[in-house]
Amino acid sequence: MAIRFELNGKEVSADVEPDTPLLWVLRDHFWLTGTKFGCGIAQCGACTVHLNGLTRRSCITPISRVEGGTVTTIEGISGEEARAIQDAWVALDVPQCGFCQSGQVMSATALLREIPKPTDENIDQAMAGNICRCATYVRIRKAIHRASDSLEG
Amino acid sequence: MTRQSDTTATGGLTRRGFLKGAVASAASLVIGVQLPGKAWAEDGVAPAASAFAPNAFVRIDPDSIVTVIVKHIEFGQGPVTGLSTLVAEELDADWLQMRAELAPADASKYSNKLFGLQGTGGSTAMASSYEPMRKAGAAARAVLVQAAADRWGVDPREITITRGTLTDAAGAHKASFGDLVADASKLEVPSDPQLKSPDDFHLIGTQVGKLDTPEKSNGKQIFTLDHYPDDMVVATILHPPQFGATVKSVDDSATRAVKGVIGVKTVPAGVAVYAENTHAALKGRKALKVDWDSSGAETRSSQQMERDYSKATKKPGLDARNDGDVEKALNSADTVLEAEYFFPFLAHAPMETLDAVIQFKGGQVTARMGSQIQTVDRGAIAQVFGVDQGKVMLYTEYAGGSFGRRAQPGGEFATEAAQVAKALGSDRPVKLMWTRENDIQGGRYRPLALYRVRGALDKDGKVVAWDQQIAVQSFMKGTAFESAMVKDGIDSTAVGGSAELPYAIPNLRVGQHLMENGVPTLWWRSVEHTHNAYVNETFLDELFERAGTDPVEGRLALLGNEHPRHSGVLKKVAEMAKEAGDVPEGRQRGVAVHKSFGSYVAEIAEVSEGAGGEPRVHRMWCAVDCGVPVNPDVIRAQMEGGMGYGIGAVLYDAISLSDGGYVEQSNFDRYRAIRIHEMPDIEVEVIRSTEPPTGVGEPGTPPSGPAIANAWRRLTGKSVHRLPLVPITA
Ligand code: FES
Ligand code: FES
Repeated sequence: MAIRFELNGKEVSADVEPDTPLLWVLRDHFWLTGTKFGCGIAQCGACTVHLNGLTRRSCITPISRVEGGTVTTIEGISGEEARAIQDAWVALDVPQCGFCQSGQVMSATALLREIPKPTDENIDQAMAGNICRCATYVRIRKAIHRASDSLEG
Repeated sequence: MTRQSDTTATGGLTRRGFLKGAVASAASLVIGVQLPGKAWAEDGVAPAASAFAPNAFVRIDPDSIVTVIVKHIEFGQGPVTGLSTLVAEELDADWLQMRAELAPADASKYSNKLFGLQGTGGSTAMASSYEPMRKAGAAARAVLVQAAADRWGVDPREITITRGTLTDAAGAHKASFGDLVADASKLEVPSDPQLKSPDDFHLIGTQVGKLDTPEKSNGKQIFTLDHYPDDMVVATILHPPQFGATVKSVDDSATRAVKGVIGVKTVPAGVAVYAENTHAALKGRKALKVDWDSSGAETRSSQQMERDYSKATKKPGLDARNDGDVEKALNSADTVLEAEYFFPFLAHAPMETLDAVIQFKGGQVTARMGSQIQTVDRGAIAQVFGVDQGKVMLYTEYAGGSFGRRAQPGGEFATEAAQVAKALGSDRPVKLMWTRENDIQGGRYRPLALYRVRGALDKDGKVVAWDQQIAVQSFMKGTAFESAMVKDGIDSTAVGGSAELPYAIPNLRVGQHLMENGVPTLWWRSVEHTHNAYVNETFLDELFERAGTDPVEGRLALLGNEHPRHSGVLKKVAEMAKEAGDVPEGRQRGVAVHKSFGSYVAEIAEVSEGAGGEPRVHRMWCAVDCGVPVNPDVIRAQMEGGMGYGIGAVLYDAISLSDGGYVEQSNFDRYRAIRIHEMPDIEVEVIRSTEPPTGVGEPGTPPSGPAIANAWRRLTGKSVHRLPLVPITA
C-alpha cells in the first residue's frame, strides 16, 4: 500500500509495509541517511525528525501514522532557527563522532521555535531525550544559548 | 527496492561516488614521507605505487586544495583535524584550503609508529604522527618552493609562503599551490626536510575549526550505516543469550514468512536474517525461534564472580610492584584502613552500533566499516573468504563513537560480518547492522574487577604502607598484543596506573590476580586506568581524611619534586576551583589526579545530593598537561567528553549477569547513559607545555570518577567502594 506524505517540502509516496517505522522509510527508501538509528525504543533521540512541526522519534513511528502528514528531516530543515542552531554548532565545534548530532539539531531547532530565549531548565527539558555518548552536552548547551542570542540582534 | 533520485537531499548518486573511496584527480601533487623518492602525479586512485611506500600522504590538487590522508579512524577524538593541522603548519597553508580523507587499510603505508601495524588506540594518534605528518607538510613545502624558484629564476631562500600563497622577496612573483602542482610533481622530494621551530608555529597551538564539523551538523557526514550500494541486502543477527552458548536448532518458518526476508543462516556467532530492507530484517529476527546449547557457556552470575574474585584477593597475587616490607609496615602501623572495591562490567555503547558493509564479488572483497585496527580486521576478513589480504579492500569509515569497542585485537566483529556476508552465498553487498540489544548484550565489556586495599598511617598521619590486590580478567591473553602488553606475567592492562603509583609511600605492594571468565572483555575508554585511578585516588583520599591532611597539599607532599607534571596540573586545578569561589552551602568538592597515555590530568568535582538522594554533579574543573597542545579546543572538547563518559559510568552504569549468565540490560532504558541535565558545567585549562604531544581521547576519564566519589564522601560521610554510585534498579 502506498503511503503519501510530505517530505522536506515535497509530496512523496512510499510503497512499504504499513508497520515500517518512519526511520527506515527515510533511510532505506529515500536514502535520507542524516536521521540515525541509535536504540529503536525511543530512548536516544538519534532518529528525531519533525512531524507536523513537532519533534518525533521516527524509530517508533509507524509509517501508517504519517499518512497525510508533513515530515522534515535534517536534510530539509530550514528557517532562521535552524540556521542559527547549525551556525552555533559550527562556531563551537559541538560534534565529536557526530552520530547523535542530527537528532540534537532537530530537537534544538524545535526548542528555539517554541522558546526563543530558553533557560538552562528549558534546555534540559527539551534536550534530555537526546543521548550523546561523546557527552558533547556542555557545548550543546552553549550553542543553543548562542543561537538564541544571535536571533535576538 | 527502487532507488529514489528525486528526494531533496542525499541521494544514491552522491553515495555511489563516495563508494569509490579516495580518488585523486589528474595531475595532483602527491607527497609521501620518510622515504626519498620522486614526487609524482597520479591519475585515478590513491597512490599505490610500491616503489614509494610512504607512510603518510599529502595531496595537492590543481585547485590548491590540500588533502591530508589520515591513517587513523575518526570517531570524534579529532585526528582528522589534528593531523591536518600538522601538515598545514609546515606547509604554511591556509586552513580553508585543507581537507582530509581516511586512508584505506594498508599496513605497508599506514602503520602506527607505536604499534607496528595500522591501528588507532591508546590515544596514540597524535603522538605517533606528530613528526611524520609535520615532515609530510615540510616536504611538500620544499618541493613547491623549489618549483617556484625554478620558474622565477630566484633563490629558494628568497621565497616565502603565507597562507597558501608563494611570493619572492622582490614581490615580483606570486603563485598558489595549484599553479605549481605540475612543476612540483617532477621534482625530487627531500627525505629529511627542515622542520619549523615551535616559535614560528601559527596553527599548532591555536584554535582552528574542525574539518568535519559542518557535515556533522547538517546530516551529510556518511558513516558505515549510511552506505546503500546498489542491490544491498540488510542483515541482522541473533546472538546466543549466554556467552559461549551455540545454536542447537532453528525454527525460522515465521521469519521466512515476513515480507522482505530473503534468507536465514546459522553462522558461528548466531543466526543471521537477511532481508531487502532493515524493517524486514528486524522483524524477521524477532520471529526466530532458536534452541541454544549452553553446555560451553559462562553461567555464573556477576554476584558469583564477585565472590570468586573476592576470595582470590585474600592472598597476595603476582607482584607488579613491591617496595619495602608491606606486611611488616601494616602490622606495626598506628592506623590501618581496609576496603574491598567492586567494579561491574561496562558496555561501551557507542552511538553507532557495530556495522559493516561487505561484498564478495569476482574473487575480490570490498568492506566498509569503522575499523580501528585495520591490519587485524583486514586479515580476519581475508581469512573468512579464503583470499589473500591483497584481495580485500577495506575502507575505514567515519564511526559513531568507539571508546575502545571498535579496536578488537582478535578482529571478532570483522570476522562475524564477513561470515554473515559469506553465508548468504550471493555477490550482493551485505550490511550487517547490530541493534542496541546486540551491543549492550554483546560482551567485550570493561572487565569486572575487584580490589582489596589496605593502607596504613603512622602516628603523625603519614601514609606508610599501601597494599593493593587487583583481581581482574586479562583480555590481552592470546591476542596479537599479548607480547607487548604482558611482561613476565604482569598484564599492563590490569595494573597500569597502579604499578606506577607516583606517591612516595615507603612500603608499597601491587598484586595482580588474573581471573578466568567466560565473558569476553576489552579495553574501555582509558582501559585499566578507570578502575585503578578510582581505587588509588579514593583510597588515598580516605587516608588523608582520617589523618586530617588536606587532599591537595597531601598529594603534593607525596609527589615531592619527582613528579612536576602531576603537581603542575594539581596546583592548576586547585587554583581554578579556588577562583570560582567558596563551596556553596550543601555541596562538597573532591579532587583526583592521574596520568594515563602520557598525559597528566587533575580534576575537581562539586557535588550535592539531588533528587531521590542521587548525587548531582554541578561543576567540574580540569587541568591537563598533554605536551604541546596542537589544538587546544580539541583538547578541551576531549576532556569534556572524557569526563562526561566517566561521570555517566561512575554514577549509573553496570552490566550485570543473572544466574545462568544472562545479561540483565539490553538497551538505554536500563543501561543508563548520562544526559544533558546530568552533565556538570566544565572548565578546562590546558597547560602550555613544550613536551612532545601525548593522548587526549582517554586521559580525561580516569580522574572524573574518584573526584566525584571523594566529594560525595566528604558530603555524606559515605565511602563509595562499589560502583555504580546510583544503585541499579532491576
Ligand atoms: S533510535 Fe529512535 S530514539 Fe533511539
Ligand atoms: S557526538 Fe558522538 S554521540 Fe554525540
